[in-house]
Amino acid sequence: MSETNGHQEKKRLTNPPKTIEFRVSRREKLGAAQYTETFEIPYRKSLNVISALIEIRKNPVTKEGKQTTPPVWSMSCLEQVCGTCTMVINGRVRQSCSALIDDLLLASGGNKITLEPMSKFPNVRDLQVDRTKMFDHLKQVHAWVELDGTHSLGPGPTMTQEVQQERYAYSRCMTCGCCLEACPQYHDDNYIGPQAIAQAKLFNMHPTGKADIDARLEGLVGDDGITNCGNAQNCVQVCPMSIPLTRAIYETNRDVTINALFGWLRK
Amino acid sequence: MATSNRLKIAVVGGGLAGLAATLKIAEAGHDVDLLSVVPVKRSHSVCAQGGINGAVNTKGEGDSPFKHFDDTVYGGDFLANQPPVQKMCEMAPDIIYLFDRMGVPFSRTKEGLLDFRRFGGTLHHRTAFAGASTGQQLLYALDEQVRRFESEGKVDKYEGWEMLSLVLDDHQVCRGLIAMNLQTLELKAFNADAVIMATGGPGLIFGKSTNSMVCTGSAVSACYQQGAKYANGEFIQVHPTSIPGEDKLRLMSESARGEGGRVWVPRNPKDTRTAKDIPEADRRYFLEEKYPAYGNLVPRDIATREIFQVCIEGHGVNGENQVYLDLTHIPAETLDRKLGAILEIYEMFVGDDPRHVPMRIFPGVHYSMGGLWVDFDQKTNIPGLFAAGECDYSIHGANRLGANSLVSCVYGGFVAAPSAIDYAKNVERGNSESNGIHESELKKQQQINLDLISQSGGENQYKLHDEMGKWMTDNVTVVRYNDRLKATDEKLLELQDRFKRISINDSNLWATQAVPHARQLKNMLELARVITLGALARDESRGAHYKPDFPDRNDEKFMKTTIDEWSSESPILSYEAVDFGLIEPRKRDYSKGTKKEEGKQSTETLEIASQAAASGLPVKDGAEQISEAGYDQKPENLSGAKIWSQKKGELIDPETEAETRAEQGKDIDAAGGKQTDER
Repeated sequence: MSETNGHQEKKRLTNPPKTIEFRVSRREKLGAAQYTETFEIPYRKSLNVISALIEIRKNPVTKEGKQTTPPVWSMSCLEQVCGTCTMVINGRVRQSCSALIDDLLLASGGNKITLEPMSKFPNVRDLQVDRTKMFDHLKQVHAWVELDGTHSLGPGPTMTQEVQQERYAYSRCMTCGCCLEACPQYHDDNYIGPQAIAQAKLFNMHPTGKADIDARLEGLVGDDGITNCGNAQNCVQVCPMSIPLTRAIYETNRDVTINALFGWLRK
Repeated sequence: MATSNRLKIAVVGGGLAGLAATLKIAEAGHDVDLLSVVPVKRSHSVCAQGGINGAVNTKGEGDSPFKHFDDTVYGGDFLANQPPVQKMCEMAPDIIYLFDRMGVPFSRTKEGLLDFRRFGGTLHHRTAFAGASTGQQLLYALDEQVRRFESEGKVDKYEGWEMLSLVLDDHQVCRGLIAMNLQTLELKAFNADAVIMATGGPGLIFGKSTNSMVCTGSAVSACYQQGAKYANGEFIQVHPTSIPGEDKLRLMSESARGEGGRVWVPRNPKDTRTAKDIPEADRRYFLEEKYPAYGNLVPRDIATREIFQVCIEGHGVNGENQVYLDLTHIPAETLDRKLGAILEIYEMFVGDDPRHVPMRIFPGVHYSMGGLWVDFDQKTNIPGLFAAGECDYSIHGANRLGANSLVSCVYGGFVAAPSAIDYAKNVERGNSESNGIHESELKKQQQINLDLISQSGGENQYKLHDEMGKWMTDNVTVVRYNDRLKATDEKLLELQDRFKRISINDSNLWATQAVPHARQLKNMLELARVITLGALARDESRGAHYKPDFPDRNDEKFMKTTIDEWSSESPILSYEAVDFGLIEPRKRDYSKGTKKEEGKQSTETLEIASQAAASGLPVKDGAEQISEAGYDQKPENLSGAKIWSQKKGELIDPETEAETRAEQGKDIDAAGGKQTDER
């Protein structure tokens, strides 16, 4: 099926199973024991994980025929721009809205799909987690521009297209948590992680934001700071927005070093 | 609280409007309780892609806030009160500059200045944009600024809290609200000097829409049931091409039709063959058959109505609500070059490669022009209650223009905040805490939860929601008939009755979705009646509201705002005069476009027409034209062949659109953006 432009048509699921089996990780509440329940729904084309969960929620009966509680998960935009519905699907962290059943079945070769909550955050219930910590990290690195006020003061500083494009790439981060979930260094909140480092980079690049570079870097030099990065580079592979996270870490680490060596000269 | 000069204002909703209001209040030195069902960074504003309008006039085109104002009023089919629209358009350039200072990565010119693009059918470069995710970028900028105030202790965020009701005193003055923690189901009374509603639209009333899953309109409906007036509820914008999903509808850019996409269905809806195995003779290109001159490139509202009609009559693909939008006859490399980004999105969510398999599309409910009634200071009729953003009715009249939603959200928030502060400073505070009104409202709401949890009757709330969505989508969206509207209202009454017999299907109440959803559903049913009965009463066609039995706009009778007030029986309908003192409503002569000779109907012209159709923006007669090198504007084009959509105030001017298309493509590439849909 190759085309003139070298485009390859995607491999399609040609022989779909009659039913799909979902092994859903369950937890009644924070701190309760985790267990797994299996649900079965008839195969249909163009299902994604969210639609399957919506169907299961309507009438939650396990494969064994046991009436149970509906699985709980989080969702909002379903267009992969809000980050809400992130979970671990067949062992890989991603947004469940863009996880198509056909693709999952094709990759696994069977009819089973496992759904688990992200493991690095408090597990509120079932597939729902609490990512408040990530928003705290943004406070820690002063991820904002210090404005004089919201009154009318004319346009902001000029910026080249190159800088704008680089900033745009970082600015697409939706705080979904994939990078932290995949990071082998991150556990028990011991490391501020790629998300916050990339956001520090985003504002350090801004002509006005630059003024607060010290405050931002300070947020990155504590025990949970940037040096915890073990260079596994998992983050950049799982990022759904293709943010150059490893570059942000590398470049920001360099800024931290320079600041540590020569920062006192400016004081 | 009463001893301090610091006020406490509760803001409900953390999208653009809510964050804009929060920012202004915190900056003025007052305290904010900010409530949101999701972390505010995950609000529905992230979904907007296209851009934000503001007549900054950096391209030497003579654009002005007045022209923006005129376009907005005209596009809204003269149903909006004009003064706030004018104010918004005057504020718009400053709003864009403010976002620029906050660090929004707006696309730039070579000189490093803000770049603006012409959006769809508009004549001016008026739309600032950040790649193809402008809403996301603007929301993040406000989120960052609010986080700054939060870290200084001036804003208390309550994320994961859903508002259930207002706290009103004996004089119907709003003194705060009751909200529910979605994790613990704990109810809490929030005492506030004023409350600002900024909860967005009610798309979920239609089951599936382009809205996020949090856009239920539930909190607004609660206000309505407590006495807030709801205005113009019947005006619901439907986008012609969305990608049907089992979970939601996602937008598909109409540039696909512009590039030669053909819309068709199998002649036999029961045809089980795959699309490419169905020969030409067995395909029904219904737009091309009915509109030989413009074919697939009829204006947006016509396309919406025709696609809708075909499906409602059971002729959709597989008998379902979907038609083919076929690009497979175009070489893949051409498609990649012209439509790459949007085809990737289709592929991501559908899994089919539209280069080889025809896309399946269907019109999707997109935006509510109606909402809480507010005056020109964003005050509702309940003292102490304000509203801003999509949840208020004030700006867009009968039809919203692309790239106007983001600016209207920020404008609403920026007006509501000082207005609420001003009100709160002057209002007699009384001792509402001590006289127990918060506590009694809290108990009332707790009792509702207890009743819901204990009741049983076998009805499934999710199935009721599906039924409501289907009835509303089938009968109260694109094409409206009075008999069907009546039947829909009867159905809604039936659903309200059955709602009393739902059983909560979750015995674990910790973080359950069942109780919040049940409460949302009850509120959605109330608003569904407002939308349906408003449509039933409005015997005309205007903007997004189209009745084949009343195909004309009737200014004499209906250039009026619909007002709904809740009663236990039925909404009480009345009408309020529209303030049109600034721009006189123009009689529109919808002369149909002259048919072009077939041979001359080049692809270029066709794609242009489609782009205009996609825009939803009117190009009005007599508007000042841009003068730009290489832009060959012939004088006769100003009043020459243009295609008016019959009733919606959309005009297609093929000639003026050529450059728009090119410009958009270029700019989006430069920004590294992906998709060019307007929102």
